[in-house]
Amino acid sequence: MSTPLVALEHVSLAYGARGGSTLAVENLDLDVPQGQFVAVVGPSGCGKSTLMKLVTGLLPPTSGVARVAGEPVRGPVKIVGMAFQNATLLPWRTALQNVMLPLEIVQPHRSRLRSAYAQYEKKARELLGAVGLGGFEDRFPWQLSGGMQQRTSLCRALVHDPSLLMLDEPFGALDAFTREELWVVLHDLWAAHKFTVILVTHDLREAVFLSDTVFVMSKRPGRIIARRDIPRTGPRRLEDTYTPEFAGVVQDLREHIGRERAT
Amino acid sequence: MSGRLLERLMPWLLIVACFGIWEASCVIFSIQEFVLPRPSTVLAIMVKRADVLAEHALHTFYTTMVGFALAVVGGVVLGALVGSSRLLYKGLYPLLIGFNSVPKVAVVPVLVIWFGIGDVPAIITAFLVSFFPVTVNVATGLATLEPELEDVLRALGASRLDILRKVGIPRSLPYLFASLKVAITLAFIGSVISETVASNNGIGYLILAASARFDVPLVFAALTVIAVMGIVMYGLFALVEGRTTGWATRKMDYAMGG
Ligand SMILES: Nc1ncnc2c1ncn2[C@@H]1O[C@H](COP(=O)(O)OP(=O)(O)OP(=O)(O)O)[C@@H](O)[C@H]1O
Ligand SMILES: [Mg+2]
Repeated sequence: MSTPLVALEHVSLAYGARGGSTLAVENLDLDVPQGQFVAVVGPSGCGKSTLMKLVTGLLPPTSGVARVAGEPVRGPVKIVGMAFQNATLLPWRTALQNVMLPLEIVQPHRSRLRSAYAQYEKKARELLGAVGLGGFEDRFPWQLSGGMQQRTSLCRALVHDPSLLMLDEPFGALDAFTREELWVVLHDLWAAHKFTVILVTHDLREAVFLSDTVFVMSKRPGRIIARRDIPRTGPRRLEDTYTPEFAGVVQDLREHIGRERAT
Repeated sequence: MSGRLLERLMPWLLIVACFGIWEASCVIFSIQEFVLPRPSTVLAIMVKRADVLAEHALHTFYTTMVGFALAVVGGVVLGALVGSSRLLYKGLYPLLIGFNSVPKVAVVPVLVIWFGIGDVPAIITAFLVSFFPVTVNVATGLATLEPELEDVLRALGASRLDILRKVGIPRSLPYLFASLKVAITLAFIGSVISETVASNNGIGYLILAASARFDVPLVFAALTVIAVMGIVMYGLFALVEGRTTGWATRKMDYAMGG
């Protein structure tokens, strides 16, 4: 329990090796304990997506160390599931087949998939059912609404039981009602499976509703400038977001970001 | 409903109309047969000389298909290389463009020097003109993978081969089929060009021989045969395309309530 699942230690990253290099993040320090739900907020272009790539090993840091499960990250860590603002589903696959894609890649599922196909299919169907897509498994992405595609994408990120879920503005393109509905879906999935989550978002209410800890990043080059723990007292409900305490926390974070944008 | 029917009939109506105008013009202006034969004459010749036309058409079909098959294989392999490696893309593209800009008629004499008169120059010419669109399309299909999708797969530990198999190939299939339709018609042009210069066989040779005898109706009959072959093969590939990669176009059909 003592080693955090994800740790960034003085991580900096500059894009563009020669001449005009952009320092995207600088001296980034971040700890995410196992099983925690963490949200990262900050002004646009401050390096949030970059942070995701550093943690998942898609980009090597220019300096500093990124650790996952205590080990320095060298190359893609294979214990993650990812979802982005675009659902990025494959149009030639049905929702079910899209969800099952990671099983065709990640070991040990990959070598078991053929022999235990029925079992895996059942699992994927259950997952789709859990996010409210029962009955839509055999639809193609273009036959699904944006919200349904995003749910499918969430299932795809979770089907191989990753211990780390990375979400980069997954609900950013959805309308307010669908978004709040999906908060609850994600909250319930997390409560049931207790994977670790790093959620990048622009929506402070989303961050406060879902996470145990909110990290605020400075504008580029991004650093963590504030950290706010949001204690849990049992499962959260959407109604909680209308309480004065909740509004207070959101307001507090908003001020942090406002100050950051003003400078 | 009637709009759909009209859409289907339109190509036929237009063809009939063209032939009608052509026929009428020949009669009205009393154009000589060795200048421009009437469609009805051409049709009559096609029936009368069916054996000769069929023989040469089959030969052209054979050289075209061999050249085309080579072009598909070569184009897919080259396109896969160019599309999946940035270095090869940068390195090979100018070369490919330059190569494609060379008029293939100018290459045929060289081919004759190398391989002599016969099928080989025709096959090679068909290959040369038709492999370029295949290469470019396959490369485009592979190179335009969304970066986020690639991130999702790479973060799962997918190898380059995995990404190619799961995403690259299915994604580039619509591009491939679109290029096959174009490539097959180009292949016909290639083989006929070569046959007119360097063969004793095939539609190209027949056209050259017939025009030397001022047998213009036979020339037109031969041209018609080659056009029909082109359309049929195009149609065939369009059909296969619709069957296999309908997902790429089906969005539109749905929007139109098909
Ligand atoms: N591939 C790249 N090459 C060069 N610069 C890049 C690249 N990707 C991002 N950057 C730069 O790095 C900085 C951080 O980018 P990043 O995508 O991490 O921001 P972000 O916080 O995710 O922004 P947003 O909230 O708008 O998604 C930006 O200033 C951007 O211009
Ligand atoms: Mg971003």
